[in-house]
Amino acid sequence: MPLPPLQLNRPMLKILKYSFYDLIRSRWSYVYFLFYLALGFVLLFLNNDLSKAVITLMNVIIVLVPLIGTIFGVMYFYNSKEFTELLLAQPLKRSSIFLGQYLGVAGSLTLSLVLGLGLPFVLYGLFRSEAIWDFSLLLVTGAFLTLIFTGLAFNIALSNENRIKGFGYAVLLWLFLAVIYDGMFLLSLIVFEAYPLDTFSLVASMFNPIDLSRTLILLKLDISALLGYTGAVFKQFFGTNTGLFVSIIMLFLWTLLPIWRLAYISKRKDF
Amino acid sequence: MIQIENLHKKFGKNPVLSGVDLALANGGIFAVLGPNGSGKTTLIKCILGMVIPSSGVVLVGGKSIKNNWKYRQEIDYLPQIANFPGNLRVNELIRMIKDLRQKPSNEEKLITLFGLSAFLDKKLSTLSGGTKQKVNIVLTFMFDCPLMILDEPTNGLDPASLLRLKDLIRQEKAKGKTILITSHIMQFVEEMADEIIYLLEGRIYFRGSMQALMNMTEQKDFEHAIATIATQPTDA
Amino acid sequence: MKFKPIFFILFTGAALYAKAIPVCHACEIKSIKEGIHQADDFDTLLIKKGRYKEYNIVVDKPLTLLGEDFPIIDGEDKGEIITIISDNVTIDGLFIINVGTSYTSDFAGIRVKKCKNFLIQNVVLEKLFFGIYLEKAGDGRVFHNKIIGDAVNEYSSGNGIQLWYSKNIVVDQNIVQHVRDGIYLEFSDNITIQNNSSSNNLRYGLHFMFSNDDVYTNNVFENNGAGVAVMFSKKIKMTNNVFRKNWGTASFGILLKEINDAEIIGNTFEENTVGINVEGSNRIQYRHNDFINNGWAIKVRGACYNNSFINNNFLYNSFDISYNSKMNDNVFENNYWSDYTGYDLDKNGIGDIPYRPVKLFSYIVNRTPETIVLLRSLFMDIIDFSEKVSPVFTPDNLLDANPLMKKSVRSPIR
Repeated sequence: MPLPPLQLNRPMLKILKYSFYDLIRSRWSYVYFLFYLALGFVLLFLNNDLSKAVITLMNVIIVLVPLIGTIFGVMYFYNSKEFTELLLAQPLKRSSIFLGQYLGVAGSLTLSLVLGLGLPFVLYGLFRSEAIWDFSLLLVTGAFLTLIFTGLAFNIALSNENRIKGFGYAVLLWLFLAVIYDGMFLLSLIVFEAYPLDTFSLVASMFNPIDLSRTLILLKLDISALLGYTGAVFKQFFGTNTGLFVSIIMLFLWTLLPIWRLAYISKRKDF
Repeated sequence: MIQIENLHKKFGKNPVLSGVDLALANGGIFAVLGPNGSGKTTLIKCILGMVIPSSGVVLVGGKSIKNNWKYRQEIDYLPQIANFPGNLRVNELIRMIKDLRQKPSNEEKLITLFGLSAFLDKKLSTLSGGTKQKVNIVLTFMFDCPLMILDEPTNGLDPASLLRLKDLIRQEKAKGKTILITSHIMQFVEEMADEIIYLLEGRIYFRGSMQALMNMTEQKDFEHAIATIATQPTDA
Repeated sequence: MKFKPIFFILFTGAALYAKAIPVCHACEIKSIKEGIHQADDFDTLLIKKGRYKEYNIVVDKPLTLLGEDFPIIDGEDKGEIITIISDNVTIDGLFIINVGTSYTSDFAGIRVKKCKNFLIQNVVLEKLFFGIYLEKAGDGRVFHNKIIGDAVNEYSSGNGIQLWYSKNIVVDQNIVQHVRDGIYLEFSDNITIQNNSSSNNLRYGLHFMFSNDDVYTNNVFENNGAGVAVMFSKKIKMTNNVFRKNWGTASFGILLKEINDAEIIGNTFEENTVGINVEGSNRIQYRHNDFINNGWAIKVRGACYNNSFINNNFLYNSFDISYNSKMNDNVFENNYWSDYTGYDLDKNGIGDIPYRPVKLFSYIVNRTPETIVLLRSLFMDIIDFSEKVSPVFTPDNLLDANPLMKKSVRSPIR
């Protein structure tokens, strides 16, 4: 279980437990789990190539995990509105309620991801393979992305009473971070190509959790030397343990920020 | 039990409560009435801490409820729409609420009373509206708190269950509890309430006994009294 | 191996008249220089185990210097150690260390100067500046030597095996590590370089300049600063070599610059930043090569005409081909591309729709290298897809019209 950053209290753990139980019994968790299971098996047993499977999985994790985290988070939040109101009337702290629900959703999604992909790979003989580190990194990044995007989705849902609007904003957010951001990133790189862009690229990829995860995984897969191609700053940063360390810290920040805001606005909201 | 002073609440630019002052003593059944949009639900939610007041003070049991959640240990609340997480079973939900509140409870008696034993292993999503409301009632009445807030408690109940509910409420009143009810069923209110609190446009328009209301509106029966109160300008 | 009978005849012929002269600290002759001075033509100097602190040993008559249990010849960093200026010299089984370093002259462990019919074998060289230096030499053989340097800077280090204005030489089964260039050829023609392993060198594993009609085959080049450079040369055959792990800002498996009429067949390029970097090279045949997990498999940088890429396997490279112009005069045919997503309805093993190996993204990265940080992002996949559907920036005739559905299996090249 991921260690929640804010103070863990017993009611919150209880709510987490119940949301989690509720979710792991819902149809969607199974669909999600079975999807990953099928993907893992198809990639491994039709392809028979572990390193290619890891690359394909990366694409899936970078694109699909955030999307599903966002949609699922918003959906769960709106669907459990009455349940939330029931809890709000109980002698419980508001932050406990929302953090508990959040961790329940993010936790069950993460579990689906890790088990769904983990099982086929373990069966395939992952523990005897060199790809285990790449694969673990994939799962860790996937877990982070789930936590981040579920958190962002909860924030959006909490700030928008209107479901349609909430859904719209959530999908827009995903679209922005998964596609549009990179488009703007690319454009600015091309427009300002006459200037040294190392630091800019570094900062720009830090400010998008999807880019950050992608860079982290690519460092392990094929990009490390390619990054060297762009110049010393980038290589020095991402090629070392410091880079890995800072990247992980940034992912933590990306996880904590939505959680913190969730606790903050939940205190001030009317139900 | 409850003290409210100069309570204001705006949703955006739209004022819902504009200066509510209310003091409820211990014991008795109070019916909060008013036309749609008069602020009944908002008032109740302010007391429960679900809506944060724009200004004003709410005291429950003598303590301010601002930034406080522990006072809700002394409140039983029956929410209006009994919509629970669909994947949970009835007994799991009961166990969960017990687990969350950590108080002694007497759910068995209530389950038998409302004939819910057969539904305990059913998922909540498969229950009818009336059965859900019964579950809702069990969840509210199984604890022993000095303050009860019931939002449309009669929703979807069959006549037999309604009778049982009334009995239950009377028993609780006999224990000296303070009970706050909202309802659209005037007959139910007439039968149960000791005092009427009538809200109109975010203010308490009338507060008093049913007799006082009928005297004021010069109507013979309660239902007509309520119906005329809003249309008749009076200086109550 | 086919040279052996010739040497056998040479040895036996010489042995009829020759005698063996033992050299050791307890022998009558205590130094190698003294031994050479005493010896007659075609004698063998039998150098026994021990440490000989000598340098500037000049072999000026046809002799065999044969070491027993690897006697150490310690130059004490004072200069060149052995210089051969006579034809028909054999050096065998020596351990040469501490070659002097100089910024003005290229001191070598063994230098062959303007002579023929030499054999240098089973020599171990350590702590060196230049290792084996062939200067205007011919018809010789450098066989089964081990050269381990400790080079740190390019400017203060030399090459492992250097050939300068030399002809008809075989460099076989040598191991060269940690020097500047593993093997360096300048103005040297008809050279065969085979079965060598050149790794961890500061600059190139193998370096050709202005050398023609050479062959290198079955060599392994691994983890060199930049890879193998073939420049300003003609008719070079490069077959069955392995180029691995040349990772770095300016690294590649092979750099081809101003090369014409070469053959690159049956090589494996694995985990290099760039597999092959081509500049101004024409009429080159690329066949049956495997490009596996490279950043770029092939990077074409202008002025390359009449090249053909046939029956190669491109497996999991970040980019298969990169072009920096819209012009294409090269042929791609019957290659296997792991990124190919087409189908084969008529089941003839050849994909029914062509494959475009140049992605828009690789074009963008050529223009603005920093954009590499967007590798494998969804946005890039989307614009690559749109470029694939209707090419705007990449040469629209650059395609493999008949891509293979399965990896091309090559029969070993002989």
